[in-house]
Amino acid sequence: MSEHQQIMKEVPQPVPKGRLRRAQSSRSLWADGLRRLRRHKLAMVCSAVIVLYFLLAGSIHLAELCGWRVGPMLWAEQVGQSYEPPSSTNLLGTDIFGQSVLRKTLYGAKISITVVLCASLVSIAIGVPLGAVAGYFRGFVDEIIVWIYSTLSSIPYILLILAFAVVLRDKSLLGYKLTGITAVYLAIGLTSWVGICRLIRGEVIKHKDREYVLAAMSYGCSRRRIIFKHLLPNVFHLVIIDFSLRFVAFIHAEVILSFLGLGEADRPSWGAMINDARIELSRGVWWQMVAATAAIFLLSLALNIFGDALRDSLDPKLTNDQNKYE
Amino acid sequence: MTAYIIRRLLYTIPIVFGVLLLTFVLFTLVGGDISIEIAGKGATAETIEEIREQYGLNKPLFLSWDSQFINHFKNALTFDFGRARDRELIIDKIKRGVGPSLALTVPMFFGVVIISISLSLVIAFVRGSVWDVSAVVICVAGMSIPYLSFILFGQYFLAYKWGLFPVFFSPDLTMAQNVALPVLIGTAAGLGGNIRFYRTVMLDEMRSDYVRTAFAKGLTTRRVLFKHVLKNAMIPIITRVVLAIPFLFLGSLLLERFFGIPGLGYLMVEAIGSRDYFVISAMTYISAILFVVFNLITDICYSLADPRVCLE
Repeated sequence: MSEHQQIMKEVPQPVPKGRLRRAQSSRSLWADGLRRLRRHKLAMVCSAVIVLYFLLAGSIHLAELCGWRVGPMLWAEQVGQSYEPPSSTNLLGTDIFGQSVLRKTLYGAKISITVVLCASLVSIAIGVPLGAVAGYFRGFVDEIIVWIYSTLSSIPYILLILAFAVVLRDKSLLGYKLTGITAVYLAIGLTSWVGICRLIRGEVIKHKDREYVLAAMSYGCSRRRIIFKHLLPNVFHLVIIDFSLRFVAFIHAEVILSFLGLGEADRPSWGAMINDARIELSRGVWWQMVAATAAIFLLSLALNIFGDALRDSLDPKLTNDQNKYE
Repeated sequence: MTAYIIRRLLYTIPIVFGVLLLTFVLFTLVGGDISIEIAGKGATAETIEEIREQYGLNKPLFLSWDSQFINHFKNALTFDFGRARDRELIIDKIKRGVGPSLALTVPMFFGVVIISISLSLVIAFVRGSVWDVSAVVICVAGMSIPYLSFILFGQYFLAYKWGLFPVFFSPDLTMAQNVALPVLIGTAAGLGGNIRFYRTVMLDEMRSDYVRTAFAKGLTTRRVLFKHVLKNAMIPIITRVVLAIPFLFLGSLLLERFFGIPGLGYLMVEAIGSRDYFVISAMTYISAILFVVFNLITDICYSLADPRVCLE
C-alpha cells in the first residue's frame, strides 16, 4: 500500500446528511441517564412498582375529593367478624373492628406517599435555595447558613424529628390547624433539608467558576438569574438522586412517628397498623402485621434499588449515602 | 495539635448556642405555655398560676436578666434542667437511664461494627461473584424491612413462641439476660445498611493503584485486604463508627419501648406521650453536646489513622 493510499484511507468518507446531524447533536445529561437507566431491567420493574404506589395514592386522593365510595375508601366499613383470618372473601383478614385489612393497607399507601411528597417539597424548598445562595455568595451569608445547618445536624436526626413533631402537633399556623399528619411532614421536611443544602452548596461552589457561569456574568445577568436559571438546572439532578434514596428514610420515619402516636389519628396508616399488631400478635393474629410490613417492604425495596440505579446512571461519582436511621 | 483542639472547642460555642436557641424557639416560643396542660382539666386559676411560677413560665420571654431566654441558657450550661412533669429532677432521670441504655447499645454497637466490617472484607474478597451479588441483595432487602417489624417478629418468635429469651424486662433477671434479645434484634436490623456501606468503602479502595501494585508484587490476598485495604479505608470507617457513639447514650427508642428497658429511649417515649417538653429539650441538648464532642474526637482520630491528615 502506498503512502498516498494510506492517507486517503484515513480521510473521513462523506456521510449522508441525516446521519451527520444525528451524530453531531449530543445527548443531554437527562437523556443519557435515562438511556442507561432503561437498560437496567430490575430498575424498570422497581420504577413500575413505585408508579403503582403513587397511582394508588393519587387515586385515593382523587376519590376523596370527588366523594367516590369505592375500594379502599370504604376502609371503615365492617366486612366481617373481629379478627377473621385471611380467606377468599377477605383476602387479608379483618382487624378488631371487623374492617378489611386489605383496604386499610391500600389506604395506608396514601398517607405514606403524601408524607413523602410533602416532606420532600418542604425540604427542597428550604434546602435548595439556601444551599445555592450560600455557595454563590459565600462570605457572611454562607457562614450563617452553615451555622444553621451544622446546628441542626448536631442533634440526632430521629430526636430532632420527634421534637418538631411533638411541638408542632395541634398548633395552628397562619390560621390553619396542624393535625397529626401535617405536623409529621412539616417535622420531617424542616429537619431533613440539611443534607440537600450541604450537597447543593458544595456543587455550586464547584460550578461557580465554570465558563458558562462566567459567560452569564459577562452578559450582565442578574445574580438571581445566574443562580436559578444557570446554576440550579446544572446541579438539580443531584436533588433527584438524593431524594430517591431519602424517600425510604421518610417512609420509615413516618411509620415510627405514627407508631409513637404522633401521626395520623383517625385514618389507617402503616405505623398505626403495626402498633395495633403489637397486641394482636400474642393472640396469633399476624395478618395485619404482615400486610403492613409487606407494603412497606415492597415500596422501600423498589425505592432502594431504583434510587441506586438512578444514581449510577445520572452521576456515577456519588457514593453511598449512609443510612441515618437506627 | 493542642492549638487545633482549642480552636475546635471554640468553634463548638456557636453550635451549642445554636442548639440552645433552637430548643428555646421550639419549646418555649412555638410550644408555648403548657401550664394549663400540666394543671389538667378543671384546675383553678391559682393552681395554674402556681405551676407557671414553678416552671418560670410567668417571667418575661426576653429583655430582662431574669427572662426565660437567659434562664434557658443558664440552666442548660449548668446542667440544671429543673423538674419533669412528675416532679422528679430531670438530671436524676437521665443519670438513672444511662446505665440500662448503654447495656443495650454498647454490645449492639460492637456487634454491628465487628460483623459488618469483617463481612464486608469477605465480600470485597469475593467481589463480582454470585456471593457478592446475593450479599448485596440481602443487604438491600434487610434495609427495606421496617425496624418495627424486626422488633415485633423477633419478640414474637424468639421470645414469645419459642421461649428462648424473656419477653419483657424484669428486674429479677440479670442485665445480660434482659438485653440479649434486644441486642440480637438491633444487631440484625443494623447489619444491612452497614455491610452495604462498608462494602462500598472497601470496593472503592480495591480499585486503587496501590492494591494492584500489592497484588503485582505477589502479596497474598489476605495480606492485601487486612494490611493495605483496611488501613486505607480507615477514614470513612472512623467517621461512621465514632459518630455513632453519641447515639449509644441515647439508647434505642423503639427497642427500649418494646422490651420495657428503663433507659433513656424509654424516657423519651414517655416524655413524648406526656408531652413533657422539659425532658425532650434536655435530651436534645445533651445529645447535641455529645455529638459535638465526638465530632472533635473523629477529627483527632483522622490524624492518628492517616499521617497525611494534618490538624493545622
